[in-house]
Amino acid sequence: MRLTQGTFSYLPDLTDEQIRMQIQYALDNGWPISIEYTDDPHPRNAYWEMFALPMFDIKDAVAIMEEVTKCRAEHPNEYVKVNAYDARLGRQTTALSFIVNRPKHEPGFRLDRQAAADRQIRYTTHAYATDVPSGKRYKDVGGDRGASPPRSE
Amino acid sequence: MTAVVNGGVAKPKGRWESGVTPYAEMGYWQADYEPKDTDVLCAFRITPQPGVDHIEAAAAVAGESSTATWTVVWTDRLTAHSHYQARAYRVDPVPGNPEQFIAYIAYDIDLFEEGSIANLTSSIIGNVFGFKALKALRLEDMRIPIAYVKTFQGPPHGIVMEREYLNKYGRPLLGATTKPKLGLSARNYGRVVYEALRGGLDFTKDDENINSQPFMRWRDRYLFCMEAVNKAEAATGEVKGHYLNVTAATMEEMYERAEFAKELGSIIIMEDLTVGYTAMASMAKWARKNGLILHLHRAGHGTYTRQKSHGVSFRVIAKWCRLLGVDHIHAGTVVGKLEGDPNTTKGFYDILREDFIPANPMHGVFFDQHWASLAPVMPVASGGIHAGQMHQLLDLLGEDVVLQFGGGTIGHPDGIAAGATANRVALEVIVQARNEGRDYQNEGPEMLEKAARTCKPLARALEIWKDITFNYESTDTPDVVATPSY
Repeated sequence: MRLTQGTFSYLPDLTDEQIRMQIQYALDNGWPISIEYTDDPHPRNAYWEMFALPMFDIKDAVAIMEEVTKCRAEHPNEYVKVNAYDARLGRQTTALSFIVNRPKHEPGFRLDRQAAADRQIRYTTHAYATDVPSGKRYKDVGGDRGASPPRSE
Repeated sequence: MTAVVNGGVAKPKGRWESGVTPYAEMGYWQADYEPKDTDVLCAFRITPQPGVDHIEAAAAVAGESSTATWTVVWTDRLTAHSHYQARAYRVDPVPGNPEQFIAYIAYDIDLFEEGSIANLTSSIIGNVFGFKALKALRLEDMRIPIAYVKTFQGPPHGIVMEREYLNKYGRPLLGATTKPKLGLSARNYGRVVYEALRGGLDFTKDDENINSQPFMRWRDRYLFCMEAVNKAEAATGEVKGHYLNVTAATMEEMYERAEFAKELGSIIIMEDLTVGYTAMASMAKWARKNGLILHLHRAGHGTYTRQKSHGVSFRVIAKWCRLLGVDHIHAGTVVGKLEGDPNTTKGFYDILREDFIPANPMHGVFFDQHWASLAPVMPVASGGIHAGQMHQLLDLLGEDVVLQFGGGTIGHPDGIAAGATANRVALEVIVQARNEGRDYQNEGPEMLEKAARTCKPLARALEIWKDITFNYESTDTPDVVATPSY
C-alpha cells in the first residue's frame, strides 16, 4: 500500500527541486520549516520524531534542503515529512505538511474487528510495521522505492 | 399606524396622547444617533408601499422589531422606554432601484437574552416581516457587538482543531454526498462510503433528507458506515470520516443518535438547518462536550435567502450559525449548480473564516464585524462541481474549505474509487502548482490534462465532465459592483 497522509501523497514522489519549491513557498509566507521522521505510520500518531528543532531562523530553501537530505540519509527506510508552521494569531498550527521519504516497502495496516453486543464492532487499525520494536522496523524487505501513488486503477 | 396608512399625514399630537402616532415621531427615527459599540446594528432593505415615506417606513421597522405596537400605550411610561426603543438612524437610497432603501437600525444590547439566537431572531425578524406598510423587507446584514459575541459558545472545534485532529494541512478537504439520496439499503449505502474514502476523499456525507426512513433506519446506516470508514482508514493510513446525520423529529432522538455515533467512534456528525436554532445550539454544546465535529447542511435556507427584495441574507444566517456553533456549513460554490454570485459568496466565506471582516459594499458586507477569537467555521462547497473546475475552486474559495463532489465522484464511469482518486489528484496538482507560484488560474486546464496523462481516473473525469458548467444569472448580488473607475 501507499500511505496517503500529507498534502501531496497522490502525486508521484516529489523531486528535490519540487520539494525546494514548496519550502520556498512556505518561507515566502513566513512559515518556519521543521522535519520529522517515524517508523510508526498510524494515522493517529500525532508525534513523529523531531529532526532537531523547527528552523525558525533559516530563511534559505537550499540550506533547508540540506537538512532534508541529512534526515533522509539517517533514516533512509522510514517516513520523513516536511512541515511548515504558521504562528499567526488565530492560526498557530501547521500550514503545510508533506512526505519526502518512504520505506522501500510499505506493508500497510490490518483492520482488527471485535464483534460486540447489538451488532456493534470495535475496530483497531494495526500497522504491520509495529509488530517489531521501533528501530527494527522496515528492515526485512528489499525491492525498490515505496509504492506508486494509486493513480492507475 | 394611521400615519403610515394615510401616507405620512397625521395631525400633530402629544407623545403620550392615546391613539396613533407616526413611528418616526415616537423616537424610532433619530438621524443624529451615534451607535454605541455595544449596540446590535442591522441593515434592512426596505420596499415601502406606494405613498409611504421611507423615513417613516424605517422607523416602523425599528418600532415593530423592538418595543412598539400600533397605537400609543400608557404602560410605556412605566419603563425607561427610550433605552429599549430601536432607532433607525440612517436611510440610503439603493442605486438603480428607486423603490428600495437601506435602513440602518440600532438596538441596545439589553433587548436580547445572552447566548440565544432564538431570542435575537424573535425580535429582529419576528412580526416585522409581515408588516403591511412594507411591500418587502430583507435583513441584509447584522453587526454583532463583541459584548454579545462573548455570550456564545461558537463552533464546537473550529478549523484549526479540525485540521489538527484530521492531520490534514495545506489543501482543501474533499468530500462526497452519498447518492442516490434516497432508497439505498444500509449495506449498499456503506459501499459508496467505503469506495469514496479509500479512493482518496477525506469525508463522505449523509444527505440532508437521509434521517431514518423505511428503506434505511438510522442505526443500520451508522453501523455499515463505520465499517466503511474503518476499512478505508486501514487501506490508506489516513483519518477518514462520514457525517452521520442526527436530524430527527425531537431533540431526544437527536441526542440518542449522536450518542450512538460517538459510541461507534465516528469523528463527525451532521444536522440540518431545519431543526431550528435552539436545537442547533444544543447540538453545539453536545458536540464540544463529546469531541465530535459538527457539520451543518443549510437545508431550506433558499426559501428566505435567495430573493434580493425579501427575507434574510445568508450572510446573516452565517453569522448566527457561527455564534450558535457549527464546525462546517454549506456556503456556496460559485461555479456549481446552486445560487452563488462570486462577490456575495466571498463575503459569506470571509464572515465564516476571518476574525475581523471590514465593511465591503462590493461583497455585500454592510458592517465591520469583529469576532474576538470566536472559532472560525469551515465552509463547504457542494452541488454540481467536478475535478475539471479544481483550479477555479481553489482560486475562488481558498484552502480552508471542504469541496464536496457527490455526482462528481459517484458518477465516474470507472467507479466511485476512481472518481475519488480523480478529484484528489486534481486537487494536489493544482495546490502544488499554486505553491510553486505558477499561473494555475489560467493554466489550470492544461495542468490537469498533463496530470491526466499518467492518471486514467482523472483523464476519464475530464473527458466526461469537461463542458459542464452552470452559467445562470445570480439573483442575490451586491448593489455595488467594481468598475474600472470605482
